[in-house]
Amino acid sequence: MEVNWVRVAEGTLRSKRFIMAFFPPDFISRWDSIVDGILESIWMAVTSTVIGIMLSIPVGLGAARNLAYKPVYYACRGILAISRTFPEIILAIFFVKLFGFGPFAGFLALSVGTIGFYGKLLAEDIEAMDPVQAEAVKSVGAGWLQWLNYSIQPQVMPRMIGLGIYRLDINFRESSVVGIVGGGGIGATLLTSFDRYEFDSAAAILLIIIGIVMVLEYSSGYIRKWVQ
Amino acid sequence: MPVVQLADSKVWQRRTSRKQFAVWFGWLIGVAIFSYCWQLISNKTIWEFVSDAPEQAADMASRMVPPKWSYMDTLWAPIWDTINIATLGTVIAITIAVPVAFLAARNTTPSAKFVRPVALFIIVSSRSINSLIWALMLVTLIGPGVLAGVVAIGLRSIGFCAKLLYEAIEEIDANQEEAVIATGASRGQQLIYGIVPQIMPAFAGISVFRWDINIRESTVLGLVGAGGIGLQLDASISTLTWTQVSLILLVILATVIVSEWVSAKIRHSII
Repeated sequence: MEVNWVRVAEGTLRSKRFIMAFFPPDFISRWDSIVDGILESIWMAVTSTVIGIMLSIPVGLGAARNLAYKPVYYACRGILAISRTFPEIILAIFFVKLFGFGPFAGFLALSVGTIGFYGKLLAEDIEAMDPVQAEAVKSVGAGWLQWLNYSIQPQVMPRMIGLGIYRLDINFRESSVVGIVGGGGIGATLLTSFDRYEFDSAAAILLIIIGIVMVLEYSSGYIRKWVQ
Repeated sequence: MPVVQLADSKVWQRRTSRKQFAVWFGWLIGVAIFSYCWQLISNKTIWEFVSDAPEQAADMASRMVPPKWSYMDTLWAPIWDTINIATLGTVIAITIAVPVAFLAARNTTPSAKFVRPVALFIIVSSRSINSLIWALMLVTLIGPGVLAGVVAIGLRSIGFCAKLLYEAIEEIDANQEEAVIATGASRGQQLIYGIVPQIMPAFAGISVFRWDINIRESTVLGLVGAGGIGLQLDASISTLTWTQVSLILLVILATVIVSEWVSAKIRHSII
């Protein structure tokens, strides 16, 4: 790795000025566009989490070794592997090209990312469940859907709700970067404020992101306790 | 047990009707929030662009094959950079994350009132700012290049490693620690002999896991100028050389799969 130490030394001086430019955070002068961006990020995070989880449930069921037949298992594992490989931002680049600028492209990119993440964890959770309960429900003559609903779902539910909220949190954070490539959300506002050298506005945006993530983190703990 | 009177037989129900009602109400609120958010997104979407997406996709796909294999020669160096960014970034992150984790864990923190919130704040702020945004800032600070990428990955990973590590520290078996204290160990010895052996497997697992994630993340850092294969991706996309783009995507796919395989092997041999 080549490091230009002269450049680093120069940068240290500059970085002092640069870091000072972040203070104090300026919430006021770009407030309207910040609120717009944050709201858009929240919509994207919510919708992509919901849709992503809905799509990932069948895939996750198919990718659990103890539920699915071999061909289905391999197909579903393949889907999960592919959607997990590419970072959301690369997906977003392509979705922006295909579907045009705006939150829809970002929403799609985040949904695909959610499928890979949630489907894999769901499949692993189902594989790790207690087979005795499933057998007990089956032995009283339950149909396939009843079997899923009464033996598997209660076993995986508490953890999956926690993971769902965790994914909401990830999607919110990711939505702050899909904007960099045109996928809507607070990322666009953030990039604009960097491009205009309005670092005080950028600092305000970063603080708001940190604040919302903190709130999500604390509330996810409470919700998980409440569900269990 | 909740039952329902049907004609003259009792039928078992999973929930009492009050509870069932609460569950339905929860669903109603959830669906309402979702439809509201969906409507707002749909208002901001230009549906004409969405409807011609299949043609666009076909067009793009036709431009992407065959991948320009000769471009591979110029890709080896960026791939090496990408792996270096991930590895060095992980090393930096772990070095900083270990002390932070000990300060944040309830059972090892020197002061639960003052030090712990600071450590938790470090963790949350590092976690909530994406590595691309760290890179965006660092490129302005220390210029475009690999170093900015390394530091960005490092800063981003501190929170992740420290969070998982402090949870592991909080879950240790207190008896072992007590046994070490009972032999008259100092505070430092207590850490080294009572706590460290217990969290070592978790620690190794976390670092390998994070390295794997970092490989994935460092492939895109180049989009904002922070080195690695993302630089080539960005250049190829902006010059519309789609055959190069498809080759780069294949290379990223291969790198990620290899790194995932390596990390799975290492984790299996540790745990």
